[in-house]
Amino acid sequence: MSDTAIHAPVLAADGTPLKRSLGRALRVQKMRALALIAPLLIFVLISFILPIGDMLFRSVENQIVEDTMPYTVEELKNWDGASDELPPEPVFRDMYFDLFLATEMKRHTRLGSRFNYESSGMSSLFRQAGRKLTDAGKAAQEALEEVDPVWGERETYFTLFNAPEGTAVDTDLIDTQKKRIRSLADEAPKGEMDFAPSEQASALLPFSARVYTSFAVITGMIKNKAVEKTKPMESLYLAMIQDVTRPGFSDDLKAYDGPFKDDLARLATGGLTAPDYTAIFESVDRAWGNVETWRVIQTHSGAYTSGYFLNAIDMQKTPEGAKMQPQNKRVLIQLFIRTIIMSLTIMGACILLGYPVAWLLSNVPTRTANLLLMLVLLPFWTSLLVRTSAWKVMLQQQGVINDVLVWIGLVANNNRLVLINNEIGTITAMTHILLPFMILPMYSVMQTINPSYLRAAKSLGATNWTAFWRVYFPQSVPGIGAGSILVFILSIGYYITPEIVGGTKGVFISNRIAYHISSSLNWGLAAALGTILLVVVLALYWCYDKIVGIDNVKLG
Amino acid sequence: MINNGETPLVESQRGDAFVEFERVQKSYDGENLVVKDLNLSVPKGEFLTMLGPSGSGKTTCLMMLAGFETATHGDIRLAGTSINNIPPHKRGIGMVFQNYALFPHMTIAENLAFPLEVRKIGKAEREKKVKRALDMVEMGKFGGRRPAQLSGGQQQRVALARALVFEPELVLMDEPLGALDKQLREKMQFEITHLAHELGITTVYVTHDQTEALTMSDRVAVFDDGRIQQIAPPDVLYERPQNSFVAQFIGENNTLRGLVKQIKGDLAVVQLDDGELIDCKPINVKEGERTQVSIRPERVEFDKKRLQPGVHTLKAEVLEFVYMGDIFRTRLRVAGNDDFIVKTRNAPDQKRLEPGQMLEIGWLPQDCRALDA
Repeated sequence: MSDTAIHAPVLAADGTPLKRSLGRALRVQKMRALALIAPLLIFVLISFILPIGDMLFRSVENQIVEDTMPYTVEELKNWDGASDELPPEPVFRDMYFDLFLATEMKRHTRLGSRFNYESSGMSSLFRQAGRKLTDAGKAAQEALEEVDPVWGERETYFTLFNAPEGTAVDTDLIDTQKKRIRSLADEAPKGEMDFAPSEQASALLPFSARVYTSFAVITGMIKNKAVEKTKPMESLYLAMIQDVTRPGFSDDLKAYDGPFKDDLARLATGGLTAPDYTAIFESVDRAWGNVETWRVIQTHSGAYTSGYFLNAIDMQKTPEGAKMQPQNKRVLIQLFIRTIIMSLTIMGACILLGYPVAWLLSNVPTRTANLLLMLVLLPFWTSLLVRTSAWKVMLQQQGVINDVLVWIGLVANNNRLVLINNEIGTITAMTHILLPFMILPMYSVMQTINPSYLRAAKSLGATNWTAFWRVYFPQSVPGIGAGSILVFILSIGYYITPEIVGGTKGVFISNRIAYHISSSLNWGLAAALGTILLVVVLALYWCYDKIVGIDNVKLG
Repeated sequence: MINNGETPLVESQRGDAFVEFERVQKSYDGENLVVKDLNLSVPKGEFLTMLGPSGSGKTTCLMMLAGFETATHGDIRLAGTSINNIPPHKRGIGMVFQNYALFPHMTIAENLAFPLEVRKIGKAEREKKVKRALDMVEMGKFGGRRPAQLSGGQQQRVALARALVFEPELVLMDEPLGALDKQLREKMQFEITHLAHELGITTVYVTHDQTEALTMSDRVAVFDDGRIQQIAPPDVLYERPQNSFVAQFIGENNTLRGLVKQIKGDLAVVQLDDGELIDCKPINVKEGERTQVSIRPERVEFDKKRLQPGVHTLKAEVLEFVYMGDIFRTRLRVAGNDDFIVKTRNAPDQKRLEPGQMLEIGWLPQDCRALDA
């Protein structure tokens, strides 16, 4: 044979390469197969994979801090968290305005809860600050009015900051404020408003213009009210003092030709003192003067964080890097280990109890097997909650099992066994509930094992036990494998039964996840725990595949 | 029933019997007997086949011998010892199953080593025996494979080797060739018989395939309705069936019904239902009884010159002529029976019959057997 004959592609009857021809022929089949599974695929994608993906994403997501206090986060980057000094004044200043706006948008409590996950007490710190920051603003308002009552009127500020027709508008400012409000409010600012920030005013009075613009966006585009007629936020007064007392204000004012030029000049010379934000915060709560508080804020100010995952494995994020939690707060790793050990125990109990049943099922006549199978499946017909509650009745100290043991005399009446609200309760109830998941795969595998194998082994000289152990058992291993995977994966994520009969000692990691989802509302931590659980299960699955081989698992 | 002394219907006990069934009965439900009064003895080194339709009790007999079923009544002896209460693994009987029952999770070599291992035979000895057994069935190269990687015929050889590797004196085979195609089956039939005779082991073989039974066995026991109908070497069974069941079951057979007119020594005259007379050999009938007359298709003559003078002949009409290569198969209408078959060898001088042709047929009286109706 020549070389060309070996290497030339095989051609179909019409001269096209055979591979392409085959591909075309198979494509229709593939498309048809895809069309058949498409509805389920779409359903699963929308109702399962996307929500879970979103949930898992929360384990690293930390947008709220940056969204709520963008200027503070920016300013904090200049502070060395490892030093023992408080952040510089500009941090407190930006914190004041950020927090004030957050309070206005009722976002400060959420922010407080976020930091509270990392350090308890932060929640109340933020809630308090939200209320008390207004006082500082009111004091500033009084100081302004003392210089000139015109600074007490809302129209003054509108005229001051609004750009009349034909003058330059600070579009950057309005765009950034719109974006900011959008991330703070749950809705986007919409519609037109009767205010546009004047470029001149915002150059002269940057803080006040910023505060007023954000106020205008909230009022005009979220609350849909007339900006001119609405009383501005109290932080505006503090911002005014901040602006007019800044160095170089008087020089800048000379170039200014907008409204209230004279009044502003009088303010500059009115004897106002620059606000001391550090003092304001310290007067709200002394914790604001604590470096530790600021460290927590700085450490967790990134848009993405490893904090939740570190928390999930009993560690915490500090300016010096990841560290173990204090001894008394380490619960989760222990809980993970307990969940795995108890799941393995339940799996083992299911194998021991289920194997003989499956064997019996596959070795009796079909009619009897069907009846027995119905008994195995009977628990499926009653609600999970009912079954678990029934175990409560059975296992409690004054319950059926203890009563019987006392009646027989195995247990003294004043020394009844503690069978519930601990590991025993969870293992007992869950073994019962998950047993069918072990029996069914075992049964379906054992059914396919021809009884002639056992006969052959015996005819070859094996005793009953040898025949079972050397010939029957190895062939039933795929059933045990399938049942074990099923039971283990189901039990590692089980929630309701441990919740009811587990007490405090018999709960699983999933109960902790549920607690963080519904009670502490620390969804980030819940998502991190869930992700770890998923990874553990996948890792075990992988190990199983390596050791036993997933091809050996048969479900029927 | 008349037994005219050709072969005993059920063999009497012999002194050198290796396997013996004595008055064995078996019932599963306590109402019906699956095996009714079985008496059988197999001498050492014999290849005995149990042949019968399904449900005739042959497999049950085999299972009782292997120890997987217990006899409801009676005694089963192996080398003179009753084995009724000995569990299967202590009987030391090799067995080949219908589906081969090769352990799928073990390699071929491990399968063969299994019976040696449970007998606690040392590793070196074990390997030697496994190799010898595999070579014996020409499977020496396949020791490392799994059963699923072998073809049906190869699995069959391995199953045979496994049943023989621990050198049992008795081997049981339960329809071992049922799953093979025709050619392979014929090849294996020869191999199994050769091997059994070479090794001098006693073999009890169960099948429902009569060709298999005839070609392989020293003796064949024909089972029906829980009883042995006849036990005899293949040629005797074919040529001298003792009752109409055996005649029907073994080989192709023409049946004519009638009444026994008279019996004169070895010759009987039977009047068929349409009034014609024929000459037969009486087997288990008396004068005046109804009878089924059995004649093999290849023993029918229609060349008058080859018939004995003076015998009765029958008129026949050719209905169908089938060319089958080595033979011709002609279907005739004889005495009201449309399914009377005649087989003739494809010899150079053989006539080819045309449908519609009228013939006169006859046979040697000893080839025509008058059996129970």
